[in-house]
Amino acid sequence: MNLDDLYRETILDHNQSPRNQGHLEHPSKTVGLLNPTCGDQIQLELLVAGGQVADIRFNGHGCSISMASASMLTEAVKGHSVEHALRIAQSFKKFLMGESSPVDLGDLAMLKGVSQFPSRVKCATLAHNALEKGLAEG
Amino acid sequence: MTLALMDRKADFPILTRTINGHRLTYLDSAATSQKPRSVIAAMNRFYEETNANVLRSVHTLAEESTEAFHRARVSTAEFIGAAGSEEVVFTRGTTESLNMVARGWGDKFLKPGDEVVVSPMEHHSNLIPWQRLCQRTGARLRFIELNDDGSLAMDHARAVINERTRLAALSRISNVLGTINPIREIADLVHTVGGIMVVDGAQSVPHEPTAVAELGADFLAFSGHKMCGPTGIGVLWGRAELLDASDPVDFGGEMISYVNRESATWADLPHKFEAGTPNIAGAIGLAAAIEYLNEVGMANIAQHGRQLGETAYQRLSQLPGVAVFGPPSPRAALVAFNIDKIHPHDVAQVFDSRGVAIRAGHHCCQPLMHWLHAAATARASFYLYNQPDDIDALVDAVEATKRYFTI
Repeated sequence: MNLDDLYRETILDHNQSPRNQGHLEHPSKTVGLLNPTCGDQIQLELLVAGGQVADIRFNGHGCSISMASASMLTEAVKGHSVEHALRIAQSFKKFLMGESSPVDLGDLAMLKGVSQFPSRVKCATLAHNALEKGLAEG
Repeated sequence: MTLALMDRKADFPILTRTINGHRLTYLDSAATSQKPRSVIAAMNRFYEETNANVLRSVHTLAEESTEAFHRARVSTAEFIGAAGSEEVVFTRGTTESLNMVARGWGDKFLKPGDEVVVSPMEHHSNLIPWQRLCQRTGARLRFIELNDDGSLAMDHARAVINERTRLAALSRISNVLGTINPIREIADLVHTVGGIMVVDGAQSVPHEPTAVAELGADFLAFSGHKMCGPTGIGVLWGRAELLDASDPVDFGGEMISYVNRESATWADLPHKFEAGTPNIAGAIGLAAAIEYLNEVGMANIAQHGRQLGETAYQRLSQLPGVAVFGPPSPRAALVAFNIDKIHPHDVAQVFDSRGVAIRAGHHCCQPLMHWLHAAATARASFYLYNQPDDIDALVDAVEATKRYFTI
């Protein structure tokens, strides 16, 4: 086991300088999710218009993996269609189970090492589950 | 530092493991302790030589098995100073024991307007059963608040405990703060107003000599797996008159006296609380654990644990960027801490890469985390097999974690 497989530089960078962190003035949808085993909390604020994720912010607290993953996810879905955003969230979860992704995951691909640390998969997928929940609820 | 105990690692086969190329430094005994060879051997011997169901058949194996199961109950009773072995109910663990009191005693005796007293430092297993009991009966749940150092605010305890108090439920030792609560003083207050004292002994029974009468307890719950025994076995001790007055919460075989088509009567103590085939091997493993602990000496274990807990607290508190929680002294064999700007899960991950096993999270104490204004903490906890070099490994791991995340 190599710690550096988990904590890639890009991940530490997203953790230290998170993208799209904070609040939207007029979100069309706010969704919160809790990881009860460790207490990590995430809230996504979405502005969905014309079938597009026009804007997105996240806030909450958690480990570097969950926060970096949230930051990366917001970058990957912002400006894309709802359908594409859902595909990213779903593909990412399969990607962590060892499957290749049919869509470009961007920086999220840097989280590949998480699959070697089963107890951290929940951290990496928290924001993705929140996004799915938010978009599924319409 | 001269410790109360010599190095006992050789008694614990698992402690010879290497993790990620490092010697295992096991600092998670508050979650579960490791098991000495004698406990593992006693359980194997039971399955290889004696195994039979208990309290039923007349064949030799059944007689031996029943006798061994009974002896396990007797040594457990002696270990905590119970008046008799009929006061010892075997359960799955502390959680089941506390739920048994809430349903068996609480549901029967609590009325709207009665009060149940707990504290914000309680483990979820000593909180949620009382929340639910109050919701079912209309009783009110009240909290003894904490002082800034995490100790119980005794002035507040005197204000909260009143003639409506029917029950107080407190941990003797906090699994996060490491505080050792003055159960006797609280019990005296509760008894004066006619209430009963329920003690969560999950962290204390493994770590200090326990005498239920001196403690002032009316019920005591604890788990085998935190005291060198196997998982899946625990104890509810209760004063015989209270157990007699309580209703059984599970029904079926072994807990009955006479059954007809419409109704049934219950077996005597303790069997009325032990429906179904019990965890026989677990009880035998617990008895072997008690024998081991007695051989090491509970007073020595308590002194050893406080030495390690206080030393670790001191050394961690001297490190820049490290916050420690709870009082410095007296303290039990654990210390919860956080490193500035590094989430405890990341801390635990770096520790693991160095073979150091700690816990990170809310420790099943979310209300206490709110009180601490921490989402989560890291926690190092010690037991009789830890030595000062384990504290060195802990301190080194903190420094390594800070370097890794470059703060």
